[in-house]
Amino acid sequence: MTKASDLAPSYDLVVIGGGPAGLAAAALAARAGLTTVLFDENPGVGGQIYRAITFSPVKDRAVLGEDYWAGAELAAEAKASGALIVTGATVWSLDPTRLVGVSIAGQARLIEAKRVIIATGSLERPFPVPGWTLPGVMSAGGAQTVLKAQGLVPNGKTVLAGGGPLMWLLAAQILRAGGKIDAVLDTTPRKNWLRALAHLPDFVLSPYFAKGLKLLREVRAKVRVIRVDRLEAVGDDKLREVVFGKGDNERRMPADLLLLHQGVVPNVNLALAAGVAHAWNERQLCFEPVLDEDFNSSVPGISVAGDGAGIAGGTAAAERGRIAAIAAVRALKPEASVPDLQIVRQKLQREAMGRAFLDWLNRPADSFRQPEGDTIVCRCEEVTARQVRDTADLGCEGPNQMKAFLRCGMGPCQGRLRGLTVTELIAAQRGTTPAEVGYYRLRPPVKPITLSELASLPIAEAERKAVER
Amino acid sequence: MFKRLAETGAAVAITVDGRQIAARAGDTVAAALIAAGIDHCRTTPVSGAPRAPYCLMGVCFECLVTVDGVGSRQGCLVPVRDGMAVETQTGKREAGR
Ligand SMILES: Cc1cc2nc3c(=O)[nH]c(=O)nc-3n(C[C@H](O)[C@@H](O)[C@H](O)COP(=O)(O)OP(=O)(O)OC[C@H]3O[C@@H](n4cnc5c(N)ncnc54)[C@H](O)[C@@H]3O)c2cc1C
Ligand code: FES
Repeated sequence: MTKASDLAPSYDLVVIGGGPAGLAAAALAARAGLTTVLFDENPGVGGQIYRAITFSPVKDRAVLGEDYWAGAELAAEAKASGALIVTGATVWSLDPTRLVGVSIAGQARLIEAKRVIIATGSLERPFPVPGWTLPGVMSAGGAQTVLKAQGLVPNGKTVLAGGGPLMWLLAAQILRAGGKIDAVLDTTPRKNWLRALAHLPDFVLSPYFAKGLKLLREVRAKVRVIRVDRLEAVGDDKLREVVFGKGDNERRMPADLLLLHQGVVPNVNLALAAGVAHAWNERQLCFEPVLDEDFNSSVPGISVAGDGAGIAGGTAAAERGRIAAIAAVRALKPEASVPDLQIVRQKLQREAMGRAFLDWLNRPADSFRQPEGDTIVCRCEEVTARQVRDTADLGCEGPNQMKAFLRCGMGPCQGRLRGLTVTELIAAQRGTTPAEVGYYRLRPPVKPITLSELASLPIAEAERKAVER
Repeated sequence: MFKRLAETGAAVAITVDGRQIAARAGDTVAAALIAAGIDHCRTTPVSGAPRAPYCLMGVCFECLVTVDGVGSRQGCLVPVRDGMAVETQTGKREAGR
């Protein structure tokens, strides 16, 4: 295990995140001769799609599928490339001078980087429904993570709710693993077809088409799928039942596990803290960094690759990582040989096919993004939708000001899990757009860090940096 | 709620609030709690409501527990180790202490 004291004070390239984007970027850069370190806070590399790829206890390859096992090659390539790969390493700070604050097993370091590739990927879109804070309600991604990494499968009364390709993938994986699902509650509005239809031809020609149909058939053959436009988790100290309905019709179903999924959005925290400019993406309903075709951001030397650059999927994430790494190599070591950029770009372009259809078709309904009443919006500080809406009515114009009113966004998760909800609620209430309202202004540390970790910074280093900046 | 697909991985003995639970090598603290059927890991500082791990990927901070005396660790990011003592938390306000 790499310790903080094993790290050099500076590297040509620091890659943050060890999913497909980070692994591909680190492998390419190290092979071209850049001194490269990759940090990932999880116990193993792989990121979300290839979570636990090097140690998954799920040995039957059919359960997680060949698309999962494709990650093994990426992980092996990165390992063989000479890049230093450090897991259990949380990056808590990144500034525009590319000083990277990282913490490994309670020891912190500040590392200088000539180039930084942020490959922190995506997270699940918040899905605030009444009762979603009850024990027994979990994100679908969470259930998938414990399936991949620990071989845990739901075996009680399980309901899966939401929409998007990953929800169907998880359903199929649980069923193949011998797990049980009592119902899938599909929240995607039928009217989404109107916008999606124009992109159907592209989608039919893309690899997503055949794969998607097969998944849907596989799940529908075994589980009841019910379309809903209302959803509620009910229980006292934990989940007891799921209440759902469409129109006037209301139904209740006993459950001990409710898995929620409403698609994924870029994890923008670190890029925002580094001062990277972001813009609102109306099709995907999220903020994403503003980048050039090499994935360079508005901050010199910092690029963002993978789904953190805007959701495009795991295969695209790896190609984006390669493009960002080629740019880093060209900047620092122009004489080194790198793969043909045009070929990588073409592969990336092929991956984009069919995404527009999927995005429009799976766009979550307004009611599931902009909750009402007593539904908790901020899980950390237990702030409700009504409080956020009322505060917006009082004249509060943005999420930063909202913090002062409600503490919403000041808990340990720093707005990761409800930033989008708060922005959209304020926009809805004030009759403006999320782009206009903006997002949390984020400053380091982007992750809570202890005083003893700060105190573990080598004194000379900390002092020198304090004077230099 | 969950069962193990296979009893792979060496057994790792940890305690939760003093009680022995059977974890496996490769578990995180949060996964070990889930596998043991422990339905919540903390209560909230604001209303005292029970909470359980939600995202399992380091985002939501619902999985905060005390590990070997250090409070508010993210259970979903900490691998289990033989002899580890985990305590559930009641309403502790500060994270990362
Ligand atoms: C829960 C979840 C499950 C998913 N499952 C699938 C799937 O099964 N199939 C699929 O096709 N797509 C899946 N996706 C979509 C996903 O976005 C993929 O397209 C792909 O994993 C993106 O790759 P990436 O390299 O951009 O980032 P990711 O794979 O997300 O990897 C980012 C990595 O960065 C690390 N990281 C983040 N912040 C920090 C920090 N501050 N310090 C250190 N490390 C940090 C994370 O630990 C993570 O390992 C999933 C997404 C989520 C959120
Ligand atoms: S369960 Fe969400 S941070 Fe651990």
